[in-house]
Amino acid sequence: MTIDRQQINEMSRPALFLMRMRGILRKETLQILRDPSSIALAIVMPIVLLFIFGYGITLDARNVPVAIVSDDSGPAGRDLAARFDLSPYFTTSPATSMAEAVTLLNRKHIDGIICLKSDFSAALQSKNQAPVQMILNGIDANRARLIQGYARGIISKWGELREARGETAVTPAVTVTHRVWFNETAESRNFMVPGLITLIMTLIGILLTALVVAREWERGTMEAMLVTPLRRLDILLGKVLPYYLLGMMGMGLSVGVAVTLFHVPFRGSIAVLLLVSSIFMLACLGYGLFLSAAIRIQFVAAQISVITGFLPALFLSGLIFDLESTPVPIQIISHIFPARYFVDISHTLFMAGDIWPVLLPDVIVLAGMAILFIGLAFRNISKRLEV
Amino acid sequence: MKSLHRILALMIKEFAMILKDKKSRFIVIGPPLLQFFVFGYAATFDLKDVRYAVLDESRGTLSRQFVAGVEGSGHFDLVANLLSEYEIEDIITFETARLVIHIGPEFDRNLRSGIPAGVQVIADGRNPNVALIALGYLGAIVGQYNQTLVTQGIVNPGGPGVHLVERAWFNSNLQSRWFIVSALGGVISMVVVMLLTSLSVAREREFGTFDQLLVAPFTPGEILLGKSLPGMVFGLLDALLFSAGAVFWFGVPFRGTIAALVLALLCFIITMVGVGLLVSSLSMTMQQGLLGAFVFMMPAVILSGLISPTENMPHWLQMGNFINPVRYIIIALRNIFLQGADTAMIWPQIWPLLLIAGVALPSAAWLFRHRSQ
Repeated sequence: MTIDRQQINEMSRPALFLMRMRGILRKETLQILRDPSSIALAIVMPIVLLFIFGYGITLDARNVPVAIVSDDSGPAGRDLAARFDLSPYFTTSPATSMAEAVTLLNRKHIDGIICLKSDFSAALQSKNQAPVQMILNGIDANRARLIQGYARGIISKWGELREARGETAVTPAVTVTHRVWFNETAESRNFMVPGLITLIMTLIGILLTALVVAREWERGTMEAMLVTPLRRLDILLGKVLPYYLLGMMGMGLSVGVAVTLFHVPFRGSIAVLLLVSSIFMLACLGYGLFLSAAIRIQFVAAQISVITGFLPALFLSGLIFDLESTPVPIQIISHIFPARYFVDISHTLFMAGDIWPVLLPDVIVLAGMAILFIGLAFRNISKRLEV
Repeated sequence: MKSLHRILALMIKEFAMILKDKKSRFIVIGPPLLQFFVFGYAATFDLKDVRYAVLDESRGTLSRQFVAGVEGSGHFDLVANLLSEYEIEDIITFETARLVIHIGPEFDRNLRSGIPAGVQVIADGRNPNVALIALGYLGAIVGQYNQTLVTQGIVNPGGPGVHLVERAWFNSNLQSRWFIVSALGGVISMVVVMLLTSLSVAREREFGTFDQLLVAPFTPGEILLGKSLPGMVFGLLDALLFSAGAVFWFGVPFRGTIAALVLALLCFIITMVGVGLLVSSLSMTMQQGLLGAFVFMMPAVILSGLISPTENMPHWLQMGNFINPVRYIIIALRNIFLQGADTAMIWPQIWPLLLIAGVALPSAAWLFRHRSQ
């Protein structure tokens, strides 16, 4: 016994620290490996989510079913109907009467009705002016607006075509040509998949870790750890490191699948990605650990981590909905969640590249959050028992 | 009668487990309500104040009039007037503006001499959805501007020949908030129910109290009922509260019948309780229960049509979606709120829900006893 103590006294402080770290890291790793659900979260979940987001969410529309009610048998009417038919955006089904089309619209068999009055061709011939009526199901406003845009495009193309054929003298007016930078075909997937990485890292960083310390308190193993020579810093590091690795694994896997399978462009550099995602991961881990250390009940820690971690990462991060169009109070609230900054970073990093003026402010805020949350977690992992 | 007594005893225990703790009492009502309002405001696809910059090389009356039209639409917010083409790249790349309108030097001259005048628009594609919608707004503004030019007599009448008269039914101002908020309550109450139920059996398994419950004189059916009721009560309460919030706070129209709403929500909550208990009875620890709930919830919400239309998904995903309960409640809620469905009209959504519940609940009860360590 005395020899042991002497040996320990002779050991240098760093060596002691390393010895303690080896012990706690081994314990945490075993604990992760013992429950397959944590590994599944880091490996299976990213792949499942990538497929669902990659294929499931497209905010643009193709083959929109519409009914064409044409009371006009003239050549112009038939020609325009054919234009809609040929367009990849619409699949048309003929309806004999307006009443029939309305029933189809109400039953959601079609998304819109395109109506040509009986004097369409005649009016176009004589007055060079004829209206086309379009009725849309406005329930999905976003989709309705896209469909409106497609219909406008088809009609203006048709006007140009008629002009080229000399059927009409279209008066010159303003025309728009547009270019979409960084994402030339405006592919939703290129936008969704990078943002998704935020969600995966949030799941691992906040949800999983929120349970970790709370579980130790609930099961009483925390008290067992308190009587060991472990310091607070050792416990914190022992919790952070394994989950950090798990999170980075999930991130690496997601990026790999995104680039190879979904052909999402990656225009930034890997080094920057590693650096920035590490900072984000630390902010999430810090927050998760802080929650569980402060709450100490798994059930409540789980609920709060979902409500303040996961759901804001989905709704208040700009992952799906554009934050700049939300009311100002919501924009202010969104700034307290780390996910918002990382979504912005990942979009720029994937599609535009290492644009430091965009990345730097976000990185600074994330680093500040990481320090704050890890500091709070450190304070809350106290080595005292409540009396 | 005896059975009723036993169920009552179980119910009291289950409610006590949620209500005895101040923190967990608060989280079943407070945060979901807060979320509903915050997300109700955040969840919109309508754009306002899209930051844009103008490079006007024409500097004529017409080009200024055009820019004024863009500014007056209310959707756009001018952040910079550019002087040269070289500035475009930086202003988009550094996210100062999301859109640059480039009017060439011949804009005025061309319009006045009867040649089509082009306007180039450059959009930041990092958020393609915003880019496409903003371009759509701009298209509508250009259409209006063309009409103005005709009425001012600057260009000859005749216009593009055909013009589109558009009307959107059920939501004539095309507010996407209605679309999201009418269904959002269903999703948030689902999160509440899933969290309550998916952790309930797992928690008792982790603490070892579930074994005590199994050796007590309860049938699995009674345990199932006792475990289901708190989730059902809180879920339904939240869901009805959210529906009221959608109507009275967000001004979503309510065109259907209240009976249909209550029926749809009740069937949905029963189904979700079934799924939650199934997940819970499969898990040995709370961690597994929570992660299991996520494995179910994430795909179910994403594929439900809450945010993106299900029609655009590939065929195999649409087939898989037939067993997704969230999909049915979202269709039902939108039909009830916006289209005015009554009980008979939502039947196509009700029976699949009941079918899923009919599979999930008995499986959960069976697993209580048969899931071994």
